Amino acid sequence: MPDNKRLPDRAWLKRTNLRESLYLWEIVRGLGITLKHLVRNVLRTSEMPTMQYPDEKRVYGPRFRGRHRLMQREDGSPRCVACMMCSTVCPADCIEIVAAEHPDPKIEKYPASFQIDLLRCVYCGLCEEACPCDAIRMDTGIYEIAADKREKFVVDKDFLLNNDSDGTL
Amino acid sequence: MIPVLLESLAKIVFMLLIILGLLPPLIWAERKGAAFIQDRTGPNRAQILGVRLAGLIHPIADVFKLLFKEDIRPQRVHRVLYALAPLTVMAVALATFAVIPFGDYIIIGGRQIPLVVADLNVGILYILAIASLGTYGVVLGGWASNNKFTFLGGVRSSAQMISYEISLGLALMGILLIFSSFKLTDIVAGQSALIWGLVPKWGVVVQPLGFVLFLTAVFAETNRNPFDLPEGESEIVAGFHLEYSSMKFALFFMAEYAHMIISAMIVSSLYFGGWNIPWLPRPVLEDKAGFLLPVCIVLVALFCGWASVMYFRRAQRERNKFRDLRDREPGLLGVAFGGAAAIALLCLLLKPWSVGPGGASLFATIVQVLAFVAKVIFFSWFFIWVRWTLPRFRYDQLMALGWKLMLPLSLANLVITAVVIALVS
Repeated sequence: MPDNKRLPDRAWLKRTNLRESLYLWEIVRGLGITLKHLVRNVLRTSEMPTMQYPDEKRVYGPRFRGRHRLMQREDGSPRCVACMMCSTVCPADCIEIVAAEHPDPKIEKYPASFQIDLLRCVYCGLCEEACPCDAIRMDTGIYEIAADKREKFVVDKDFLLNNDSDGTL
Repeated sequence: MIPVLLESLAKIVFMLLIILGLLPPLIWAERKGAAFIQDRTGPNRAQILGVRLAGLIHPIADVFKLLFKEDIRPQRVHRVLYALAPLTVMAVALATFAVIPFGDYIIIGGRQIPLVVADLNVGILYILAIASLGTYGVVLGGWASNNKFTFLGGVRSSAQMISYEISLGLALMGILLIFSSFKLTDIVAGQSALIWGLVPKWGVVVQPLGFVLFLTAVFAETNRNPFDLPEGESEIVAGFHLEYSSMKFALFFMAEYAHMIISAMIVSSLYFGGWNIPWLPRPVLEDKAGFLLPVCIVLVALFCGWASVMYFRRAQRERNKFRDLRDREPGLLGVAFGGAAAIALLCLLLKPWSVGPGGASLFATIVQVLAFVAKVIFFSWFFIWVRWTLPRFRYDQLMALGWKLMLPLSLANLVITAVVIALVS
């Protein structure tokens, strides 16, 4: 409050003049303001800033971080090598990977299970950046994530590999 | 005896139809008006086969929701009074309309029937007595619920009633002095005169200060913002109806709007000429019916036709807006308005310009009743408008306004009116 120094205590109370303290004129002015808004919105309903959300959806940029997905190799197996970089860097500690030995000797490990708790995830995108082989991405653009049980928000490897659903888990 | 009973019954049914018919549109107007005033869209999702009517379907959905909700009764409430309170509020609201004239008279079978349910000699006293009973429901509900907040709401309501009832009565006295009658039909009929043949002798013209005081006091009586301290949801949760649910709550809710309609009726009867149309008294209406009736029909037809065209154009423009049933709505409304316009034009085939004296009288009656309903709708809307404009008074401000400002002003108004009348006559 910059006015505090200039004005003595509660001086603003005395600044109401007769017209203001009679209420009536000020009430009429207030009614005029609300009527102005009303008429404008009745005449130009389509110009209202409200977005009719389930019918219209906001378009986000390509860098928007939505729900995760796991990338596949050409044969359909996960690209992930279970290096644990993502689960180590994750600030919310929401990624849980169980590593197992890969049958192909050229590839050291693969994730036997890969779980993400979507309720714990803070969508920071650090896992994407930490991944050495571009196996986890957050480019699905899905941001409406809904389920009727908490357990359903813990999504597994198969779900993340075939990420074609809408928001419903 | 029987025809008189039938007359009264018909009038009661008509009045109930006005009040209960206005309730859902008023609730709609409250929600939609609030939304538009605050730059929101408001209710627009409830639909029947794609028809949404800008949210008018929502009151229907609300009714079903409230009917099927569980009726919770908290422990240790006073059972009888707890159930009686919402009934009291609603019954009182519906009892007040008995003395309000909603038209001049109608001639059926050679009998001239005044359009008022009960033309009491002490109509205004009846209104004052019954209207203050409404607070009993609020106080009973607040006390019987066995809850601090409801109790506070009830106490506030009674204190507010005591403070503003006085100003209300005193403001009314000015009107009584000028029209020198307690009978509402006399007061309304007295307002059909013109002052110096120019200005209609409406209550608001002869009693401007009295009108402002009366309107303010009426806001306090109906517990509407800025005087809705008994509800005061920012301070005492929901006030007197906090513990009510299901249809008991709905009764309180409906009673608030019924009170609004009744108050709008009283204000328009006492201060805005009731069924009077300025500069168009009944003889003129009957005389010129052959000209006015076709003009009205053509105006209605033009409006409906215009609305129909607008909706058809919108149907063209928004053909694929939602990609479901809702896309059919503008087209359906266009057809409906087009049909209304066609019916209005068909009425012209009945030769309304050569209407007989009986028809002219009926026309005058209908126009006057419509004028009354229009005034009532305007004042009901005014209640809503003010609610979304003004903030709630603080409790001490409420008391200060009532006792220190409105009481002296209404006394002064009364004295000045009396002196002027004594000097003039």
